[in-house]
Amino acid sequence: MNEANSLIQIKGMRDGLLVSLDDAPWQQQRDALITQVDATPSFFQGARLALDVSSQVLKVNDLVELRDLLSERGITLWAVISESSTTENTAQLLGLATRISKPRPEESRQFSVSDLGEETAMFLSRTLRSGTRIEFAGHVVVLGDVNPGAEVVAEGNVMIWGRLRGMVHAGSKGNRTAVICALDLSPTQLRIADEVSVALKPRETPRPERARINENGKLQTEFWSAG
Amino acid sequence: MPAKVITITSGKGGVGKTTAVANLAVALAADGHKVVCIDGDIGLRNLDVILGLENRIVYDIVDVIEGRCRLKQAMIRDKKLPDLYLIPAAQTRDKNAVSPSDMIRLIKELRPDCDFVLIDSPAGIERGFRNAIAAADRVLVVTNPEVSAVRDADRVIGILEAEEKGPAALILNRLNPTLVKNGDMLSPEDVLDLLAIELIGIVPEDENVIISSNRGAPVAYDTKSRAGQAFRNIAKRLNGETVPFMSLDHQGGGFWDRIQRLAGRK
Repeated sequence: MNEANSLIQIKGMRDGLLVSLDDAPWQQQRDALITQVDATPSFFQGARLALDVSSQVLKVNDLVELRDLLSERGITLWAVISESSTTENTAQLLGLATRISKPRPEESRQFSVSDLGEETAMFLSRTLRSGTRIEFAGHVVVLGDVNPGAEVVAEGNVMIWGRLRGMVHAGSKGNRTAVICALDLSPTQLRIADEVSVALKPRETPRPERARINENGKLQTEFWSAG
Repeated sequence: MPAKVITITSGKGGVGKTTAVANLAVALAADGHKVVCIDGDIGLRNLDVILGLENRIVYDIVDVIEGRCRLKQAMIRDKKLPDLYLIPAAQTRDKNAVSPSDMIRLIKELRPDCDFVLIDSPAGIERGFRNAIAAADRVLVVTNPEVSAVRDADRVIGILEAEEKGPAALILNRLNPTLVKNGDMLSPEDVLDLLAIELIGIVPEDENVIISSNRGAPVAYDTKSRAGQAFRNIAKRLNGETVPFMSLDHQGGGFWDRIQRLAGRK
């Protein structure tokens, strides 16, 4: 962050901050961290913090003290990562995580965007694999495939520039005019608003296709043709 | 040169992870590399059985991690190949006895002394799997040409990508060319189409695999077995050699030519 605090490194992670300490004495490092926090309180306010203490051996007292110091400043200490098994045990004793298996961003991720206009879309330029769930309060565009076992839930339309073989729910908040388009529409299931379709047969020769709710209130798909 | 650490995983159980580890280890060691295999399936160990080393186990990986023995003491030397070692799993403990940081420490200690470390991952995507991939330089995903196995492989590949362990390479195990030809089995093209990762080998269905596993002498020893040949080829590819994909189709036809092309693509 700045030269005064070369002892500690602070990195933003997907779900909080990671603070890495080196092997300098614990007291010194702890003070450096607190000084840093006090210097920029607005940056840290409400943060979830994981602490990498490398090979430091920490006792219960050390961690409790730090946790309290941090929580006074509105920071939650949730994980301590260490190469020392003593420290790991200490952390576990306090109910802290000892690993930050890096959060899998695409799993069950809900995106929120403030000031969401009607025409806001999320663009994903990759294939969504099994186990991935994308939820978005707008339209979703995927440049890639949606594999079986992956789910896309959007309040608006969903467009897949690729093969759709997973589950897509468009108009998830009840918008019955939402549509789903894909270059190859072979989903395990499609939903628009509260209408659900069973699996469509994979096409012999896939063509771009669009699904919508028709005049009779049923989910219907039709091939797209130019002009 | 420090060792290459390769983890073999699959998501779904029973697709041939342990068989693949045993055979790749034998093939690499037979080529003169020093290989250490680690059984990561704590509580359900069986790599020792397939390698035929069951009755030599004194110490296991949990003993090393908990400091009851030195690393060298837990390394069991193979009966036939002097450059092949096994670090067995503990049978009486569970996966929580080991943490990913334990694995990283262990591998760090092993790395300078050998050419390849092969880690056999348990099925699933929980603690045991995370332990197994924690220290990997490279991950091989094994799958069968079955919809359920491919689905799980896809999930695992997604996790590996998120953990920045990729790019993973694929071993397609137990392929039956006749069934594929008749349209009764997923073809390698179907599988690669979905998974979209590098193919490092196709192992044909071969009853010798089961026979030799039961004897504790992996099929890679068997020069006549096609599955054995497939595993030896994968071992060579792991070592950076370029080996053409063997034809598994006696009637010729364009099928295996297509596989060659598929394998060649990135």
